[in-house]
Amino acid sequence: MTEWIGRSAKRVGGPERVSGSQKYVGDIRLEGMLWVKLVTLNCGHARILSVDASEAQKMVGVRYVLSARDLPQPVPRFGPTFQDRPVLATEETKFFGEPVAAVAAETEDAAREAAARVRVEHTKLPGVYTVDEALDPASPLVQDPALRPKDPLRDTSAADAVFENVYTFPMVTHFAIEPHAFIAAPDNGGVRVWSPIQHPFILQRTIADCLGLPLAKVRVIAPDSGGAFGGKGYPKFEPLLAFMALATGRPVRLALTLEETFQAGRRMATRVRVRSGFQRDGRLVFQDILADCLIGAYADIGLRVVEKASYTACGPYRVPNVRVHSRAFLSHTTPNTAFRGFGVPQMSWAVESQMDEVAIALSVDRVAIRLANLPDRGEEFIRGDIPCDGIWRESLQKAASAIGWGKPLETGHGRGIALGLKISATYAASYCILRLHYDGSASLLTGTSDMGQGARTVFAQIVAQEMGLPLEQVAVVMGDTAVVPYDTSTSASRSTVIMGSAVLRACQDIKGQLRALAAELSGASEADIRVENGFVRTSQAETGFAELLRHYFGTTRGELIGVGSFLKRKTAGHPLAGKTIFYELSCSAAEVAVDQETGMIAISRYVTVSDVGKALNPQHVEMQDSGAAVMGLGHTLMEHIVLDKDGRIVNLGALDYRIPTIKDIPAVMESFVIENGDGPGPYGAKGVGESGLLATAAAVGSAVREAIGTQIRDLPLTPERVWHAIQERDKTRSQAEKRAHA
Amino acid sequence: MESDVVAITLTVNGLKRSMEVHASHTLLKVLRDQLGLTGTKECCSLGECGACTVLVDGRAVNSCLMLAAEADGLQVTTIEGLSVDGRLNALQEAFLAEGAVQCGFCIPGMVMSAQYLLNLNPHPTVEEIKEGLAGNLCRCAGYGRIIEAVRSVSSEETGK
Repeated sequence: MTEWIGRSAKRVGGPERVSGSQKYVGDIRLEGMLWVKLVTLNCGHARILSVDASEAQKMVGVRYVLSARDLPQPVPRFGPTFQDRPVLATEETKFFGEPVAAVAAETEDAAREAAARVRVEHTKLPGVYTVDEALDPASPLVQDPALRPKDPLRDTSAADAVFENVYTFPMVTHFAIEPHAFIAAPDNGGVRVWSPIQHPFILQRTIADCLGLPLAKVRVIAPDSGGAFGGKGYPKFEPLLAFMALATGRPVRLALTLEETFQAGRRMATRVRVRSGFQRDGRLVFQDILADCLIGAYADIGLRVVEKASYTACGPYRVPNVRVHSRAFLSHTTPNTAFRGFGVPQMSWAVESQMDEVAIALSVDRVAIRLANLPDRGEEFIRGDIPCDGIWRESLQKAASAIGWGKPLETGHGRGIALGLKISATYAASYCILRLHYDGSASLLTGTSDMGQGARTVFAQIVAQEMGLPLEQVAVVMGDTAVVPYDTSTSASRSTVIMGSAVLRACQDIKGQLRALAAELSGASEADIRVENGFVRTSQAETGFAELLRHYFGTTRGELIGVGSFLKRKTAGHPLAGKTIFYELSCSAAEVAVDQETGMIAISRYVTVSDVGKALNPQHVEMQDSGAAVMGLGHTLMEHIVLDKDGRIVNLGALDYRIPTIKDIPAVMESFVIENGDGPGPYGAKGVGESGLLATAAAVGSAVREAIGTQIRDLPLTPERVWHAIQERDKTRSQAEKRAHA
Repeated sequence: MESDVVAITLTVNGLKRSMEVHASHTLLKVLRDQLGLTGTKECCSLGECGACTVLVDGRAVNSCLMLAAEADGLQVTTIEGLSVDGRLNALQEAFLAEGAVQCGFCIPGMVMSAQYLLNLNPHPTVEEIKEGLAGNLCRCAGYGRIIEAVRSVSSEETGK
């Protein structure tokens, strides 16, 4: 029998992707479809005085112009945590790019031209664009501010030394190569919506709530997306399009430009102050962390990002005394949404960099200081949550050895190493249906989304393994809420573990049914019947699935339907609604060379090691890991959204916002896994989709520090910033020399 | 309005297509919206990301930067034209085998740029591959497997 687990099966859906036949939302054309363009203002914060669409409405081909006053009043609002975001801006625009009106026309050109003719009389207002502005009592309120009271830090007396530093991480954008596209169409008294959304069931209930429809009348079709990274997690303009489809009675389509996609969601910016107490030998006594987080004009999932990142702010370490005080500031900026790592890259940049600064100050090796504070498997390290679920030192030691830790370095070179820890889902309801067809092939129906991470492939492998089928005889159906059963979301690197477990259970359900059929046909006891390697076996006979189903159903035909589920309900009173299902742990290590004249960083070697439990598809794991690493190098070295004084994004689009190209990758990149089979998922798996970028910034930052002899605490590490740090270092050195001479 | 419309004839994936296009429409828009060839992707619309790469008279171009009218009389090959009789070509197969494809959105443009590179230079070095694909952005992959996919094809006898 073919073993499908642990094998690098080719991507299911791969041939469609290399031949151009894969249909993303933007590739779908419906009969009679109208094109939609948004009307926006050229500033971050404004009061809307009037919207005059009369000229636009007279233009050839224009069918409909919608502004807030045409919507039900008060204007419906939505959001995954607070329903604070209006379908269209009403009274005020609160961020650059927030639409005031939308135009639907027969052609894209007509829609674009008409959108430019909608006159919006408005007054620019002062805005809140930075943490400092948010803290200024004179600043305008974005929404109601309610900050958490301060908690006391318990026992700090055992610390021999206390260190305090501040680290910043700017806003960055997801930059999936597929910009967002949406379609909505009237559908039998309800509405059908196409979106590249990661969480189709969250979109379904958002549309139902906004339009006052039952869930059964909202059908969300979510074709595989062209990259998501969290940016396609939550609803954006789908409610708007649903209103437009019902108002016009026609399908309507909105494809955002890349620039508009930048304005649709971004990563949270942070300023994290870390005050740490250590013993002389490098053991942690306390961490006192104040994280100021700049979220956007609407909460989106921003608060959850702050909460989850804060929860693991201390990283994978045993810390006797902890205080984490996080403040999420609304601002007149792009809504902050989920982004791969979910706040951990920002927190880990601060806390892991601090670990290195402390190690250097105490003359403790940077690997040794981490080893001294890592918990053992089974040890509780976040009070009240599940204990450490891996042998984490193996990841650290593997990375250290692969990067050549301790070997001599040339001048201007440096090495860095850092750990990243993320909790996964804390609640979940994931269901799947497995249909064993009359011919013995199988179809799996699941509400998980495949955005490139390879969920389709891994689920197909689980079914092939359990049922003993060739991979080609397994179909995986996703992305249609009218067809597939409920899944909470595709987030938090959860799907292999959570939906994977449900898939395993659906296979077991089918096997039980096969045993019952065979027992009925043969008269044997069910206990004496085994289902293995694609056959149903009794002591006398071995029957293939198709043959057994033919015997049982005859020419009536029929099929078996198996159901699998994974349910972990929310826990009342828990700050995150429950303990994590597993930890995602990764170690990153880098060796860099810094050009002292230009500040350019060249990464000569980069290593990631992830504690995956079991790699069900090693090639896919490596692809996720190295892809995450390169994305992490983007926010470490070059990416940041820059705002002007009016809150406008200055570097909007691909020309001015740079992400890594093929020429920016490290000269040598290696990705390793630690497999101890200690995850809660099928075959001992844990999740892996985000781990590769959790610790990238701190690893590279530490390597740069070693190369230039001074720490940079603000990202990204652009040549300009590194060059300034070198100049500052030289100035300080020469002043010190002068003082020494004097 | 009529002066905005231009009559052109293109040969697309071997088929001659005569049509009227708007003078301001790009080759990308005409391929996707008039000819229904949606395999060619739109992302940045600035010539920076390479998702819309096609071959025009054998040369790789960003179809978002070329007006359809400029392609009058020329031969255009899109991703849909690489497969032969519905079978993937060696380069497409290599992208799958080497695990170079994740979400897949950049892949049509990436494959077209790689095909162009191999057409010019059947045995490129890693540095030449990087140079050849420097105009194609991917956000999923670490790029390493894309390089391996191109290398695996280039090391074969045919170079195609």
